[in-house]
Amino acid sequence: MTSTYTRDLVSQPYKYGFVTDIETEKIAKGLSEEVVRLISSKKNEPEFLLDFRLKAYRHWLKLQEPDWASLGYKAIDYQDIVYYAAPKQQDKKQSLDEVDPKLLETFEKLGIPLSEQKRLSNVAVDAVFDSVSIATTYKEKLAEHGVVFCSFTEAVAEHPELIKKYLGSVVPINDNYFAALNSAVFSDGSFVFIPKGVECPMELSTYFRINSGDTGQFERTLIVAEEGASVSYLEGCTAPMFDTNQLHAAVVELVVLDDASIKYSTVQNWYAGDENGVGGIFNFVTKRGQCRGARSRISWTQVETGSAITWKYPSCVLQGADSVGEFYSVALTNNCQQADTGTKMVHVGPRTRSTIVSKGISAGRSSNSYRGLVQVGPNAKGARNYSQCDSMLIGDQAAANTYPYIRSQQPQAAIEHEASTCRMSEDQLFYLQSRGIGFEEAVSMMVSGFCRDVFNQLPMEFAAEADKLLALKLEGSVG
Amino acid sequence: MIRPDAEPLLEINDLHASVEDKPILNGVTLQVKAGEIHAVMGRNGSGKSTLSKVLAGHPAYRVTSGSVRYLGRDLLELEPEERSRLGVFLGFQYPIEIPGVSNLEFLRVSTNARREKQGKEEFDTFDFDDHVRDRLQVVQMDPAFLERSVNEGFSGGEKKRNEILQMALLDPVVAILDETDSGLDIDALRIVAGGVNQLASPDNCTLLITHYQRLLDEITPDYVHVMGAGRILRTGGSELALELEKIGYDWVDQQLAAEGVA
Repeated sequence: MTSTYTRDLVSQPYKYGFVTDIETEKIAKGLSEEVVRLISSKKNEPEFLLDFRLKAYRHWLKLQEPDWASLGYKAIDYQDIVYYAAPKQQDKKQSLDEVDPKLLETFEKLGIPLSEQKRLSNVAVDAVFDSVSIATTYKEKLAEHGVVFCSFTEAVAEHPELIKKYLGSVVPINDNYFAALNSAVFSDGSFVFIPKGVECPMELSTYFRINSGDTGQFERTLIVAEEGASVSYLEGCTAPMFDTNQLHAAVVELVVLDDASIKYSTVQNWYAGDENGVGGIFNFVTKRGQCRGARSRISWTQVETGSAITWKYPSCVLQGADSVGEFYSVALTNNCQQADTGTKMVHVGPRTRSTIVSKGISAGRSSNSYRGLVQVGPNAKGARNYSQCDSMLIGDQAAANTYPYIRSQQPQAAIEHEASTCRMSEDQLFYLQSRGIGFEEAVSMMVSGFCRDVFNQLPMEFAAEADKLLALKLEGSVG
Repeated sequence: MIRPDAEPLLEINDLHASVEDKPILNGVTLQVKAGEIHAVMGRNGSGKSTLSKVLAGHPAYRVTSGSVRYLGRDLLELEPEERSRLGVFLGFQYPIEIPGVSNLEFLRVSTNARREKQGKEEFDTFDFDDHVRDRLQVVQMDPAFLERSVNEGFSGGEKKRNEILQMALLDPVVAILDETDSGLDIDALRIVAGGVNQLASPDNCTLLITHYQRLLDEITPDYVHVMGAGRILRTGGSELALELEKIGYDWVDQQLAAEGVA
């Protein structure tokens, strides 16, 4: 049967594709030891941080870009990238009134109002524009509970001891090619610290915006939850439409102590390139959390809809006894997008448990791969894992792959893996249509039905957003 | 029920259609009036199911010539969802499974799309819950099926009941039931047929597409049409179905051979 309808499923114009016209301070293109020193000095960093960067840079020089992922792209020229760009007069402002109105306007257009009157009532936001954080809301209110939520740069100035203690402790500088690069040149990001016994009183959120056409974004996020603490954190990302590719190589580190929990959600909507695959973000991200304490818990939820290339494996190292790791993922690719994404669950401690639920949706000529590792060490007696990986194909030119890796050194571990692939068929769409449901609503009904297990994990405010985002991404002209 | 003064609901005139450039319908002409029940019979490949899919607007079937008037409109111009909202219902021979989509939600969205077109108030979730429970009785269906995904893991009989439940909710003007009896045991057949009889009224009409007399033992048609080679070859009253039961379809081949078609 010909796919008369499915061929019409082309992506909606990207509505975040505008560029903010603002004077920017940029350093020259290229990467060298001088550039690393320059970034560090621009940020007035302490000696230990410069050392960290230099070590990372020197290590990076010895590494080869990995090529094991199921991705194909033009080689990245690391000397053709600007490693630091910041809107002028960007000293961190004490009050939002002093922030350039153009920047506030930009974030408002993105649906992230920062001003006192309009901001989201129950979500604190850190807004990152190119290489720097421009504003963080509700800082004072959070401080009353002892919660630290600020840009990475501020954290270095105000809490150097915490940074020194935790930075690179989960993702070491020599972890992988992109993590080493990030460690050398990262510019800003968010820092969250939830002290012992505190349940963070509101959702925390960082919104990343790439604005410049030739700039890489290398942000660093570090979240620490002390004993018995808990927090829910959400990150969102968009970028303008350029016909060149921009590199985004972030590192996120989570540390959870006894009985603490972090819920980390991502809604990634970087520019994906046009329908012929021109332009779009190259998204190479290292995200890892360490359940250091007993009964600690890390839950990753991601909705990946953007980027030309996605290379991302949010992982959990389950050290503490009875600790729990979770990974819930929806990855949607359309047109020429390529995604190679999944997770790693490393069971170290006894009775550790992990759950993986991955939903991949491939449309157009895109390619969508799930790659996941479940590793059980010799001391992880009674460890349990459950993995479920489902793929949905839309049209007849998209590809879906599943690469599960299971390594167990513990005979008493229980590991379950289920996988399925289905095609959204013309007959299913026709069935819904023949019951009065319009074509686009039928598509979105099926996609959100397919993703329900994951959307249920998102914070309330964002679950509906995610649903809409997917519908928008698949919306096409009904012929 | 045949009433000479009844208004024609569906007028199919010299309809030709093909799938992937292969002609399947070769000139179907049929008029169905309010209050009537028509049975369309014939062998596999005679074009019965294609006729039902063309009337519902399946995208794989291309109408090459002819026309279909429905309530004075050109039916073939309308999208499938628009046909449903205006009261055309197709009961599928093989109802489709849709994993992850809740049956209850599906039924509600579908019912509301039809009601909006009828100028009736849409149901909110609570009112719909009451309404659907009432309609479940038409097919004696267990409410547990409302909580499952659309048709997923339903037995053949449960799927068919779910189809008739949808018919009961959508209040169609023209109900086309494609092989609704296939795969049903005798008890399920009686329940499904009972549902169809309850829903038939002087204001609507029913087109039963079937192979066998046994459905027609439960639902008495006003007209029986026999299809072959994509056309209606013979039309009669309910007695024609009984005759077919005796003589089979061999005469179809002879008739077509005489016409130089087969």
